[in-house]
Amino acid sequence: MSTIATESSTTQYPPVEISLADELSIQTRGLNLWYGDFQALMDVSVNIKKGIITGLIGPSGCGKTTLLRCFNRINERYGNVRTTGDIEILDKNIYDSDVSVRQLRRSVGMVFQRPNPLPISIFDNVLFGMGLHDAHKSLSRSERADVVEMALREVDLWNTVKDRLKARATTLTLEQQQKLCIARLLPLKPDIILMDEPCSALDAEGIEKVENLIESLRDEYTVVIVTHNMAQARRATDECIFMLLGEIIEHSKTSEMFLNPQHEKTEMYIQGRYG
Amino acid sequence: MSSEINNPFASTEQEHRGKKVELLVKFCTLAMTWLLIIPVLAIIVFLVYKAWPALSIEFLLDNPEKKMTAGGIWGPLIGTFFLVLVSLIIAAPTGILAGVYLNEFARDNWVTRFINLAVVNLAGVPSIVHGLFGLGAFVYFLGMDRCLLAASCTVAVMTLPVIITSTKEALASVPMSFRVACWNMGATKWQTIRTIVLPNSISGILTGVILQVARAAGETAPILFTGAMISSRIADSGWDAMVPYGLDDRFMALSYHLYIISTQWQNVPESFKFGTAAVMIGLVIAVNSLSIGFRIYLRARKKW
Repeated sequence: MSTIATESSTTQYPPVEISLADELSIQTRGLNLWYGDFQALMDVSVNIKKGIITGLIGPSGCGKTTLLRCFNRINERYGNVRTTGDIEILDKNIYDSDVSVRQLRRSVGMVFQRPNPLPISIFDNVLFGMGLHDAHKSLSRSERADVVEMALREVDLWNTVKDRLKARATTLTLEQQQKLCIARLLPLKPDIILMDEPCSALDAEGIEKVENLIESLRDEYTVVIVTHNMAQARRATDECIFMLLGEIIEHSKTSEMFLNPQHEKTEMYIQGRYG
Repeated sequence: MSSEINNPFASTEQEHRGKKVELLVKFCTLAMTWLLIIPVLAIIVFLVYKAWPALSIEFLLDNPEKKMTAGGIWGPLIGTFFLVLVSLIIAAPTGILAGVYLNEFARDNWVTRFINLAVVNLAGVPSIVHGLFGLGAFVYFLGMDRCLLAASCTVAVMTLPVIITSTKEALASVPMSFRVACWNMGATKWQTIRTIVLPNSISGILTGVILQVARAAGETAPILFTGAMISSRIADSGWDAMVPYGLDDRFMALSYHLYIISTQWQNVPESFKFGTAAVMIGLVIAVNSLSIGFRIYLRARKKW
């Protein structure tokens, strides 16, 4: 952990104050990323704390989603992507050769803008991840049912769907689908849950419920959430990272960022002068 | 009078002309549609009418007799069946796996683009060229001689491009978000394909394969030099009648049989020629209907 102080002192912008007591979940150092010739991330060095909700904000195309996709190396599946720099998750460099991306993605789950439940039953959706890792083979039928019930209870979906677990997941409402998408990560016992604008396809009521759910995930999981919605960033996050054109401009406690932004560009963005 | 003056939505002169054009276009498109249907119906009605005297269960199940002037078409019918079967056993796995590779694994580079271009061009090669290719490649170069296997390989090469293309299209129609969901839980590409992509695209893939059955059964040119024969004595009943040809035997086939009795053979009753043609058309229609029915069945089961 001693490297943190030196690392943060090399960033161009006022470093985030990190007390050494805070455990870090994700650290990047000098992370650059190119899509072909286009550089989407520039020298990104960021420290994301464990067990809190961190928001990634910034105008469209600033690299929020790209940064998010780095954390479980899913970027590599999108073709023609090149990265330099280090990403440490739970103090392990995820580009080390002894890192299995499958285990990494098991531990770092992702939720998407558009809910994407698989076209199978609700029950099977929740168990799908375990199936990929052969983790449910040793479980008896009732143990599997317990896993499903626990995951669905954790996302507050159990009472709604307990009578139709065999129904196709795609028949649920969008809000329920998004909850299911979070629930299916839980049996994999993830440490980090990445969310890419998880509420933008939902209506007001759905947003509120999913935000409450995200809130309840704090402490147990580290949540990183990309959002376009300033009000949501303000409501639902503990810390915020403001990005612009592939660079980190500011990283601070949400309350501080919205009350007293350090950087002029941050101030203009959160006031809605550009987007 | 006053209502005309007050009507703020009265149609303009231009709109009146537009309405006429609209009617004209509607009529023309309708007429063309009917023009399309008429030949199909005419062919079927004409064939069945001409073939009527010959059509019977015996016509299907008996072997040609007396220089094809009597008996039926069992030999060619079962020959075509085996031709289609063997060619599909070769082409379906090859084409489906190639389609899976091209759609799911291949990166977009010049090699992939070249292969895709080759597939498209292969689909446009005339069947007689496939026949000559088969003669050179399978019969002579690989030394198979003219036989069921050589002909099946030739037909397989002919049907491959469409199987590959339809597989690729069926796979591409599975939403990307399903794959992304799987990958983000740590699925390998193969796990994703096996558990999600294939089950949701199998109807499209099989439709493509089934449609190639009709093509494989109908083409004469590819088997002309590679294995079809004018006439061979096969058993009239029993196991040998069910499986009359080995992979290394020459065989009779419906399309070739029709060509022979129509152009090369004398004194064949007219109803026999039309009967053979009607059976072929019937086979094609049956296979196509099967494929459509199958697709409807599988579509009804998948929803997203």
